Amino acid sequence: MPIVDCKNVSIRYKTGDLKAIGLKDYVIKKISGKYKVVEFWADKNVTFSLEKGDMLGIVGTNGAGKSTLLKAVTGIMVPTEGSVTVNGNIAALLELASGFDDELTVRENTYLRGALLGYTKEFMEKKYKEIIAFAELEDFQEYMFKQLSSGMKSRLAFSIACLVEPDVLILDEVLSVGDEGFKDKSSRRIKGILANGVTGILVSHSVQQVRDLCNKCLWLDHGKQVAFGPANVVCNAYSAYLFTPKDKRKLPENEEELYKVSDDFRIAWRIGVKEREHPENFSYEIPKNESETARIWRLLNIVKELSPEERQKIADEIDKKR
Amino acid sequence: MKTKLKEYKFLFSELVKRDFKKKYKRTVLGMLWSVLSPLLNVLVLLLVFSQIFGKNSPHFIIYIFSGTLVMSFYTEATQGCMRGLMANASIFTKINVPKYLFLFSKAFQAFINFLLTLGLYIVFCIFDGIKFNVNMLMLFYPIIMLLIFSLGVGMILSALFVFFRDIEYLYGVFLILLNYVSAIFYPITIVPEQFRKIFMLNPVYVYIHYFRVVVIDGTMPSLGHHALCALYALIAIAIGCGIYRKYNHEFLYYV
Repeated sequence: MPIVDCKNVSIRYKTGDLKAIGLKDYVIKKISGKYKVVEFWADKNVTFSLEKGDMLGIVGTNGAGKSTLLKAVTGIMVPTEGSVTVNGNIAALLELASGFDDELTVRENTYLRGALLGYTKEFMEKKYKEIIAFAELEDFQEYMFKQLSSGMKSRLAFSIACLVEPDVLILDEVLSVGDEGFKDKSSRRIKGILANGVTGILVSHSVQQVRDLCNKCLWLDHGKQVAFGPANVVCNAYSAYLFTPKDKRKLPENEEELYKVSDDFRIAWRIGVKEREHPENFSYEIPKNESETARIWRLLNIVKELSPEERQKIADEIDKKR
Repeated sequence: MKTKLKEYKFLFSELVKRDFKKKYKRTVLGMLWSVLSPLLNVLVLLLVFSQIFGKNSPHFIIYIFSGTLVMSFYTEATQGCMRGLMANASIFTKINVPKYLFLFSKAFQAFINFLLTLGLYIVFCIFDGIKFNVNMLMLFYPIIMLLIFSLGVGMILSALFVFFRDIEYLYGVFLILLNYVSAIFYPITIVPEQFRKIFMLNPVYVYIHYFRVVVIDGTMPSLGHHALCALYALIAIAIGCGIYRKYNHEFLYYV
């Protein structure tokens, strides 16, 4: 039985004049015909399912519908079409530090947040010390929340959500919290949680992070599902997309294309490594002071021209190395 | 189901604690003040109107206090609820929580104040020479109905407030009007007989009237009056719940 099952999820999102408007403005704008509500599909026909222990990375450029999709999974939004089924309780880390109360102390905020996340009182009493210790806030328990630095706030939020063993853990751009030491600690913590068989969803702008932590990947673009598959394949294809100049970008249209692009990227990357190690082995001139983006883009073009035999040779070489 | 209830109980108590701490800023005087303010209100009204209306109405001070008691709870509860949803926007757009709990907390807070003021009210009754009668035990009925009614109105207002931000001011004006048409500081007897029925269209007056009949007259309101108390409460809460059911997942577009 899948733990998270999204079937043809489409979400119609509204924005425009309906936000923060007064009755007076509403009537005036309505009469003068200036009242505008923009509706668009934030997500369209997204389908994926996760088994126990799966870690899904969601990638995509800004406005791809990643956060909206997470809101549907957590139940904050309901899909306009399709369905989301979650078997188990969810700990969601969406925009961590918001939602705390400045007028309350650290202790009070911890309990409140715990209650909001659906933990019981007994549970919070048992875990409270551990949470504070993990957040390194032992000396600040009775401080007003507004007196904390933003790093401290995020650390506390992270600790509260992660010190429980949820069935589903949702992380939205949260791994970049705190200083380097805390980042390591939180990253270890998440790996620990995942090792225990928790199902996770991670939204990140760092493809590297998705490669490190996830086994599956969903690629969204302007609300449309571009690909869902093994993390390395989708990440490769997405990386290739990102390294392509904006005006030449093209989304893979089917599975075959996806694997092809992914493979191209893998080979291009491999050639790139070889170029750097042994530039003398290459017959063509390697541009000096080339940017990383330009380099990968040049190599991707080279890979496209390779004969199937040459491709196979390099692919075998990569596989041998593993 | 049972664990869900336990969860919500904990969340509710944490929300109540937060709202209390924020409202009174951890000062003793803060709490005292919200009991004192209806009391001062009563005294001012008494000072101004006892010369005009007081002579022909027995227990005029209790008459005024009954009105103020109900009205101040209604005002505090509905205004608190109205802002309650919006004030927690940063929470419900990030975490999936039952939104009505934010309002329950506000209504509960107002209710605690109401009970304290009620204590003061009883003290005043004793000093004013009002004899205890068994009918007074029935006061729990209008209190519960008033609570449900205010919560229902609060739910409606909180949704409207999310949709239109100037509802706050409009409602402020409405409350002043309501104050005048609820016969708080003038005896209902100054209103011509044939118009008195119209007052029954005002739910707040219906609850105030119940208090006065039981406490000052020492009798029981009619069965019809009981039904009216329940009817208003049920209508308000039904509309409130209906709105929340329909717009539960829509609110986040408006904040």
